[in-house]
Amino acid sequence: MSVDATVKVAVGAFVLDAELEAADGEMVAVLGPNGAGKTTLLRALAGLVPIDEGSISIGDTIVDAPAHGRFVVPERRSVGVVFQNYLLFEHLSALDNVAFGLRERGVGRVAARTRARALLRAVGVDVREAARPRELSGGQAQRVALARALAIEPELLLLDEPLAALDVQTRVDTRRQLRAMLQDFAGARILVTHDPVDALALADRIVILEGGRVVQTGTPDEVTTRPRSQYVAELVGVNLYRGHADGVEVHIGSAVVTAAEPAAGEVITIIPPNAVVLHREQPHGSARNAWRGRVREVEHLGTRGRVRVRVDGPLAIVAEVTPAAVRDLELAEGCDVWAAVKATEVETFPV
Amino acid sequence: MTTETRPRVAPRRGVANERVPTFVLVLAAFGASIFVIPLVGLLWRAPWSSAWSTLSSDEAMTALRLSLVTSLVSTAIAVIFGVPLAWVQARVAYPGRRIVRAFTLLPMVLPPVVGGIALLLALGKRGLVGQYLDHVGVHLPFHVLGAVAAETFVAMPFLVLTVEAAFRSTDRRFEEAARTLGASRLSVFRRVTLPAIRPSLIAGAVLCWARALGEFGATITFAGNTQGKTQTLPLFVYVKLEEGNTDAAIVLSLLLLVISLVVLVSLRDRWLSAL
Repeated sequence: MSVDATVKVAVGAFVLDAELEAADGEMVAVLGPNGAGKTTLLRALAGLVPIDEGSISIGDTIVDAPAHGRFVVPERRSVGVVFQNYLLFEHLSALDNVAFGLRERGVGRVAARTRARALLRAVGVDVREAARPRELSGGQAQRVALARALAIEPELLLLDEPLAALDVQTRVDTRRQLRAMLQDFAGARILVTHDPVDALALADRIVILEGGRVVQTGTPDEVTTRPRSQYVAELVGVNLYRGHADGVEVHIGSAVVTAAEPAAGEVITIIPPNAVVLHREQPHGSARNAWRGRVREVEHLGTRGRVRVRVDGPLAIVAEVTPAAVRDLELAEGCDVWAAVKATEVETFPV
Repeated sequence: MTTETRPRVAPRRGVANERVPTFVLVLAAFGASIFVIPLVGLLWRAPWSSAWSTLSSDEAMTALRLSLVTSLVSTAIAVIFGVPLAWVQARVAYPGRRIVRAFTLLPMVLPPVVGGIALLLALGKRGLVGQYLDHVGVHLPFHVLGAVAAETFVAMPFLVLTVEAAFRSTDRRFEEAARTLGASRLSVFRRVTLPAIRPSLIAGAVLCWARALGEFGATITFAGNTQGKTQTLPLFVYVKLEEGNTDAAIVLSLLLLVISLVVLVSLRDRWLSAL
């Protein structure tokens, strides 16, 4: 394993107690709400906060092991970090921001700038070299920050909410570019995010963190289809699928979903649970998407007066219906149903 | 799930649109005149014809040169010791920090003559520290170094205060970012922190220098008033006035006024806004 961490650290009253592994070339998303301890975990890996118990190793090096009195300071760890809000140095040009790490590692000014120039090109930032960070757009700043982190050729790359600061359209574009740019990176990648779409689009494996603890680990498919806790269900409860779009038709496994807007290639499809209508007989009418399935679980959401019904079938789907509907349809675990969704309720995002 | 900027209620600041009550205007005008009238008086009485010969006289030049040297040296001392002090005050939580802060700021409100006496008792020949300095042959009182010490004591708080505020307001996450890029703590300070506080450092140093240049009370008390050794420009002005040579006093006062104005104008906008 390229990264192997068992971390216990207290920040005030909050305690993070989590395990995390990531192999070379793997992208692991740490997904959780604000205050779950995602950033603390990331800071522990980077060496910005020493852990109280446990150990962290990166590559062949143990970088933090309080039991053995071992702690490697951040500047000696092979970790690149893309921070939330990027934290580009305002007094340096975009080019010198990227060259910063190389200069600190003893590379001469000219050589460092040459390398930085190549990196900026590789991440597709086409700006004046002398441009200051404040002159960059959000997407450009994000890529400069990525180039800066990659410049030191780290064994581990940490990305802290890399898309959170961007507006919706830039987000979609940047997410796709980020995926492409990280393709060549050989080390382990850990992405911290509160957005299930980011996690699903970018990660090979998702680690869900809640209240300082890992509540579930698995592939995006496992996590979305078999959420192990109420929280995970809520978090990914929007019915997220990765599929292949061909016009308005999206192929997800053996199922085909019709969306309102046409797309092409890899996409993420989102179906809100409250848009899913359940029937006992095959529905006729305006809904263009209908799948036959079997109820796996009926769960009452006390707080909202709604009922969450998990349906297995060619497309595993979660429906959120009223208690009255459950009564009328006599829904129970194991019974056969039809799940229907209007195409206008199906959203797709290119990956 | 976008990050939205929430609409906030903008605080009302700045220029009032309503008519200003007359009595407020009268009081404000009087307040402004407190500053303006003395300076106008200085200009009004200035003996312009003899100004140049007064300025270029040997003793005036000596005093000016001494003032420049001592004020620049004390500014350098203030920067060398004040920046680390400000850093510790801003970044290190230790017991007694507030007491140390009170001490470092005290000279700003302390009557300079009291400062001079305090220096005399501490650094004088029989003083707390002075007796040891005496052993190694260093005599501060009535020596040019005494003038430097007095100026440093009085002026350094301006630098410490300004730079400490800057250290407090810098975003430490940038320093963390630099460390993940391989920068040692010293390197982070040099390449990230220092550039971030640069405007405040310049503002603090210039304010400190201006205060040192004008120092009178502590200097005359501690360092005395020896021509060519400790008689700085403000002391020289005072002596001229005592001698009845009002013209010379006015001309040299104008010189100090011009220097102060240049400082103020050059710091305007950009640097003073950092305070």
